[in-house]
Amino acid sequence: MLKKTALAALTAAALVPMSQAQAADYKIDTEGQHAFVQFKISHLGFSYILGSFEEFSGDFSYDPENLAASSVSMEVDVESLNTNHAERDKHILSEDFLDAGEYPTATFTSTGFESTGEGEGVLTGELSLHGKTQDIEMNVEHIGGGEDPWGNYRQGFEGSTTLTLADFDIDMSSMPEPMQTLELYVTFEGIRQ
Amino acid sequence: MWRNTRRGWGIVSIVLHWTSAVAIVGLFALGWWMTDLGYYHSWYNLAPWWHRSIGVLLFAATILRLIWRAAGSSPALPGARLERLAAELGHLGLYALLVAVLVSGYLISTADGRGISVFGWFEVPALVSDLPRQATLAGTVHWYLALALIGLAIVHMLAALKHHVIDRHDILVRMINPRISRKP
Repeated sequence: MLKKTALAALTAAALVPMSQAQAADYKIDTEGQHAFVQFKISHLGFSYILGSFEEFSGDFSYDPENLAASSVSMEVDVESLNTNHAERDKHILSEDFLDAGEYPTATFTSTGFESTGEGEGVLTGELSLHGKTQDIEMNVEHIGGGEDPWGNYRQGFEGSTTLTLADFDIDMSSMPEPMQTLELYVTFEGIRQ
Repeated sequence: MWRNTRRGWGIVSIVLHWTSAVAIVGLFALGWWMTDLGYYHSWYNLAPWWHRSIGVLLFAATILRLIWRAAGSSPALPGARLERLAAELGHLGLYALLVAVLVSGYLISTADGRGISVFGWFEVPALVSDLPRQATLAGTVHWYLALALIGLAIVHMLAALKHHVIDRHDILVRMINPRISRKP
């Protein structure tokens, strides 16, 4: 009896650190800048404008054994937008579009995850942008992970989604049809904490 | 004729003054109009191109004007002591606002490190770029200081008319006629 209890305790003790090692918290590597928040939007239906947000932070929890329990949250400094053209950036950040003076941060907080195959799935969450919060779905993929050469443990992902700007009260009514939506692309590595 | 004297303004100062006046009022009107243009307006890209190009030339003219003014003499001011002090301060304010509006405009267009093309003739390089929120902050400063400059310019104009019509001073005439600088 005593032997059995001891064995059970020993097994439990051995399992606990293992399960903890599985579900881990990661911090998005913005310091080493292995992280990007980019967007792509049509210009008049002729070509695309590519841009990125350069300042952001975030963290996530990832458990390969229990993917549904994974979660991620990010905070983006809207003012850090860069499309390689100062006057265009100023215009996009003005009250005509993102109104960054009034709404300086955009946030994303995941609410769920559904696996659709090996290393991929659909992440759902709340995106707050331009003072409006909307539920969005993002197709995400686990790219890779493991020990890095400098003594840390990393996991890397990418995800993309299409946003309809009118959903976020961003007025694109004077722009042609192809400019009503944009493609948001996010990729990052997280360092296990 | 070319240089200023204690009596009146020379040709160089007169030409710089009036071309600056036309450029400042023109740039203000153009800037106000162009910032409200719709994306599909045919002047949407052309108006800022003119605004930047003329702005850079006005910047160069202003530097030349300040050097010319500092290096030579300038006509004596009429009126009471307090009136002369107000005139000095007013002129100092006009110069300071003009330079600040020009610098802030330059900082908008060069915020991403790219220079400003002047009518396609040459390019002015970006000296200060990538400051946090540079284009947006410089844009706000540019707008409010431009309003202040136009406000002070209106005061300047009213003061000149008052001197001319009421006090019967020759300060307006001497900014038009360079021959007055040579009168004994």
